[in-house]
Amino acid sequence: MTGAGFELIKGTATILNNLPALLVVIPLLLAPLSALSGKSAFGWALGLFGTGASFVLALMLQSVTEVGMRLTYHMGNWPPPWGIEFVVDSATSFTLVVMSALAFLTTLAARRILPAEIAVKDCGKFYAAWLLVCGGLYGLVMTADAFNLFVFLEISALSSVILISMGAGTDRRALVASYNYLVIGAVGATFYVIGVGFVYAITGTLNMVDLATRLPTAGNDMALYVGFGFMVAGMMVKAAIFPVHIWLPAAYSYAPSVASSLLAAIATKAALYVLARIAFTIFGGSADLVSMAFNGIILPLAIAGIFVGTIMAIYEHDIKKLLAHSSVAQIGYIALGFALLTPASVSASFIHIANHALIKGGLFMAVGSFVLALGRRADLEQVVGLGRRMPITATAFLICGLSLAGLPLTAGFVSKLYLVRAILESGSYAILGLVLASSALSVVYLWKIFEVMWMRPAPAKAPILVETPAVYIPILIVAIANIWFGVDADWVVSGARLAAAALVGGGT
Amino acid sequence: MPDIITDSWSYIVVVTLMMIGLFIVISRTNLIKKLVGLSIFQTSVFLFYISLGKVTGGTAPILTGDPATLYSNPLPHVLILTAIVVGVATTALGLALILRINEAYESIEEDEIIVAKAAEGVPQTQSRKNGDGS
Repeated sequence: MTGAGFELIKGTATILNNLPALLVVIPLLLAPLSALSGKSAFGWALGLFGTGASFVLALMLQSVTEVGMRLTYHMGNWPPPWGIEFVVDSATSFTLVVMSALAFLTTLAARRILPAEIAVKDCGKFYAAWLLVCGGLYGLVMTADAFNLFVFLEISALSSVILISMGAGTDRRALVASYNYLVIGAVGATFYVIGVGFVYAITGTLNMVDLATRLPTAGNDMALYVGFGFMVAGMMVKAAIFPVHIWLPAAYSYAPSVASSLLAAIATKAALYVLARIAFTIFGGSADLVSMAFNGIILPLAIAGIFVGTIMAIYEHDIKKLLAHSSVAQIGYIALGFALLTPASVSASFIHIANHALIKGGLFMAVGSFVLALGRRADLEQVVGLGRRMPITATAFLICGLSLAGLPLTAGFVSKLYLVRAILESGSYAILGLVLASSALSVVYLWKIFEVMWMRPAPAKAPILVETPAVYIPILIVAIANIWFGVDADWVVSGARLAAAALVGGGT
Repeated sequence: MPDIITDSWSYIVVVTLMMIGLFIVISRTNLIKKLVGLSIFQTSVFLFYISLGKVTGGTAPILTGDPATLYSNPLPHVLILTAIVVGVATTALGLALILRINEAYESIEEDEIIVAKAAEGVPQTQSRKNGDGS
């Protein structure tokens, strides 16, 4: 089926052929324009155009892969395994649609929120780094070349360091947070390169599909183990899986709110996707090794991460930092699904990749608009009575928060439902108990925010806060999407199933 | 010398440098020293790739028309050219950040910055109670 589709695409010189390359090229070309112009509005327009165009392209790719096609693009017309190849199958396109949709929505929200946190003259450069992050992450997801993946990894990582450090306008701790992310991230990326070196040494190829066919017969198990270990360890740093998540809470909480929103929604998701690619595509032929590493090591780490993130969030007062700790826990759920290695659990992970992007994207955007209105960092004492002072944004925050807790009729519930189902299928009741317990704990930190926001009256002399449509409309769209995908989860579930089939079902 | 040492001499150098670099990154508190450690760590990986591509007795991979010529593998060397560029960008960005950190904290020692950050947390909560912005 895939072969026939491939031939069909190759035969017709349509724009479809070039879509994978365009998805990376458009943001990367717009970025220098934005940096050179330096105008905030122009930079934003470029950012909106770049992310919007990527969203449309990703949707087109998704519509093609939905019917079982597998698009490939050969950079410079060099055929694989010699040249660099971009491959888009249903797992790739699903991740791309989720990432580009959230990138587009956060760009929409950034227009008003951003100037409150960074100097207007830096906005052009901010959008340049913004576009580089998006382009780098799209490339990271699409590339089928193990070394090219490292290049995209570093493009996106270096530009996210820039985004985080721009938070220094309001809080100088952003500088230290971004420096730590730079160093830890670079060590992680270098670990990945060491791993690639080992697998290249025993196979002589870098193309993922080629690697998958050659690795099982390479005959040097020790080098294979070491290579796999380094690649997975490096990606765990980027995906912020416990215990190498330490860069994440500081980075997300001191970055400008829209940057936190973008990074929380798409950056760690791309790394998690790559982790799945390494396990299921590159090392798909060494099932014993993968199941040993994922069941034996990543599974306990994911569960530990869920609890550490949740408990840290319970004791946190600053809302942005609280959400960052909760991100660590949510990444744990996604990693847990991958670690169980069944088609059902992998599709549950993809469902949560989509839903968590919606949830955290929305929550961080809402916090950004609180910061905009309050003119200072939002901690629990600042948001007292905010439910009545900023009803629209606070409602959106409430919806996304309930979705995070997994209330029925929200997207978060669908994630939990499918994850629990997958765990039941694999018959590990201990894990089920731990997941349910951690879900219950997550209500504690959310309730803490909801209580001060909705139950307590605002201070008597509290200034009147204004809500502008430019700020709350994108947030409302995300909130409504949280309900929409909670009621009608068809699109997400079928997309995630196809994605899991492409990865685990031996599609590639 | 035993064969294992002479045969894998370059890899021993690679692993030694790798450990030195990683140790510096973890153990030093000076931010610039950390970055130096990171560079050593990355350079060790460059050497690893370059050793991989070297074929004993092989020449530079330029076509001579003589089928008996033994070439070194150029691909790992080209990859490392890319990795060096990435490494330079990382170091440059790190140094730029250190400059800004030095402006903001008047120190590039991690322990002093942690002290400054801890001290910062207290006045912020006070200013919040007094009702003035930070």
